[in-house]
Amino acid sequence: MEQALEILFTASFWVAAIRIASPLIFATMGELICERAGVLNLGIEGIMTAGAFAGWFTVYAGGDLWTGVLVAALAGAMFGLLHATLTVPLGLSQHVVGIGVTLLASSLTYFIYRLALPEVTSPPKIAPFEALAIPGLSSIPIIGPALFNQTPLTYLAFATVAIVAWVLYRTPLGLAIRAAGENPAAVEAQGISVTGIRMGAVMVGSALMAVGGAFLTMSAFNSFFFQMINGRGWICIALVVFGSWRPGKALLGAILFAAFDAYQVRLQQLSGGVVPYQVFLMMPYVLSILALVLVARRATYPKALMIPYQKGER
Amino acid sequence: MRLEPKPTPPLGVTLLFPVAAIAATLVITSLLVLAAGASPFSVFYLVARGAAGTQFAALETLTRATPLIFTGLAVAVAFRAKLWNIGAEAQLYIGGVVTIVLGTGALPLPSFLLIPVIMLAAMAAGALLLLGPAVLKTRFGVDEVVTTLLLNFIVLLFVSMLLEGPLKDPMGLGWPQSQRVVAEAQLPRIIQGKRLHYGFVIALCAAAIVWVIMKKTVLGYEMRAVGHNAEAASFAGIPVNRVLMKTALLSGGLAALAGFSEVSGLKGNLTLDLSPGYGYSGIVVAMLAMLNPLGVVASAIFVAGIFVGADAMSRTAGVPSYIADVMVATALLTMVTAILMSRYRMRWR
Repeated sequence: MEQALEILFTASFWVAAIRIASPLIFATMGELICERAGVLNLGIEGIMTAGAFAGWFTVYAGGDLWTGVLVAALAGAMFGLLHATLTVPLGLSQHVVGIGVTLLASSLTYFIYRLALPEVTSPPKIAPFEALAIPGLSSIPIIGPALFNQTPLTYLAFATVAIVAWVLYRTPLGLAIRAAGENPAAVEAQGISVTGIRMGAVMVGSALMAVGGAFLTMSAFNSFFFQMINGRGWICIALVVFGSWRPGKALLGAILFAAFDAYQVRLQQLSGGVVPYQVFLMMPYVLSILALVLVARRATYPKALMIPYQKGER
Repeated sequence: MRLEPKPTPPLGVTLLFPVAAIAATLVITSLLVLAAGASPFSVFYLVARGAAGTQFAALETLTRATPLIFTGLAVAVAFRAKLWNIGAEAQLYIGGVVTIVLGTGALPLPSFLLIPVIMLAAMAAGALLLLGPAVLKTRFGVDEVVTTLLLNFIVLLFVSMLLEGPLKDPMGLGWPQSQRVVAEAQLPRIIQGKRLHYGFVIALCAAAIVWVIMKKTVLGYEMRAVGHNAEAASFAGIPVNRVLMKTALLSGGLAALAGFSEVSGLKGNLTLDLSPGYGYSGIVVAMLAMLNPLGVVASAIFVAGIFVGADAMSRTAGVPSYIADVMVATALLTMVTAILMSRYRMRWR
């Protein structure tokens, strides 16, 4: 019991928690932008898969790490464009299109992977992002290694939260995005195109999701394998709800969630095989459902979420 | 650009839309075939031949279509009432678990009693599994898309736990697999020595029954009304939440039958690769059928044909068989677009 508590005061636990949180932070911010503009993006799981592959493959083919991140983001934006074209001007069901984009993005990724590496059984590794210690800050006990001795992509994840929060709440563009998700007619009345705002939001959001996927191949596992996203996208959708569509709260949710995830792995080692390991692996998913139930009663969805908008229609 | 509704086209024109969607899918995916360095014509020919060119191929396609009919029906029923059940995969596995629990000697019954008992129990388990998300949706307003999706992962881990624990086959040489079902719990083969089994016949009956429920009963009417406009349905005195519960029970039960039929008719035992994503493919099957239960049969056979044909094609032409998954996903997106085109006309201005 004491050992179970001691885990919480080790640096390695918090380092792992922040590392697990990083891809979730990117993807959660991506989904948050989409939903704030009024579009539920269920393509997230597939877009993360595509991003994970695109980033890894760019580096594998000889590209630079940051080029890989950029390629991943572009791949994500392209799937975002597809999703947005079908759901925004055409107003198709965001549920069906989202699932379709997930199926398409992941199957296309697997197709290209098999085409590029036909005979590979164990996926090749790349040289990933190295941890970058921030002088001074990284020597603070526990917090130092956890927050200031991570890979550049983790810093980028935290910076993304700040940027998203600043854009959403401090700029006219952010106001337009939020209004597109709450009251699109008011946006149109200002002479701003709702279609443009929503399509842009979905593309940028999808790019972030793809970078989240790329984190896994470029900063965590160092190679690409099938089913590697493993429901993380769906968990991010739960995190957006849990964070009441606010970047700061969603960030806290992602870290809390990742801490639980890191904790269950350590608890699993501690339990010595008495409890089946699958019970521990189930916890993240169970936790996500519980989190949804917990906040559901007071969740205030963006009012125009999932409602297609047509110019001039009442 | 704006969309304007246009009058419902006659049935003949409506039937053209799946055809148009499939044509568009072929055009789009032929680009990938070209990228793979093969000729689209020969690849699509090989897929078609692999799906229906020989008696063996055709029977294999029907065998593969069986679980897809069940999951397709499950999705069609749910989506009609706008209950977004993306959890058919989990419900399928639960159906498989129940089949193993009851079918490996626990119930000493003759075949004509045992199989219906297992079917009902599997349906009940699948129904209950979807009832959870449905209750969370109606009571707490939790989006069922996310809960059903997450349940897929939870249930798969649960099955993995069972297969390494209580359901593990002691003779399985350590593999995570269950014992085989007893002879009385097996669905017979339709043709001796071939893989096609009576699960296919049950699937056809299920499609007919679901069609009757959707078109000829009060429940079917209420489900369509709720799906069309829940607020108006509620105003008209339809108990929306109760209808959603019934929809969930029906949908979950149908998906569980897919697991039952795969275990009892085809595989004989339960493993973690019982379904290569039949739950997700069921969504495509249902959408291609425009949520029509009888259409589900045709689209399930079509989708199964793509998978079976692509497997055969990739062995000879060297194009990865994932092309089948790409085609199916593309077909889903082109189909929803085609349906839209059938109902609206686009005005550019």
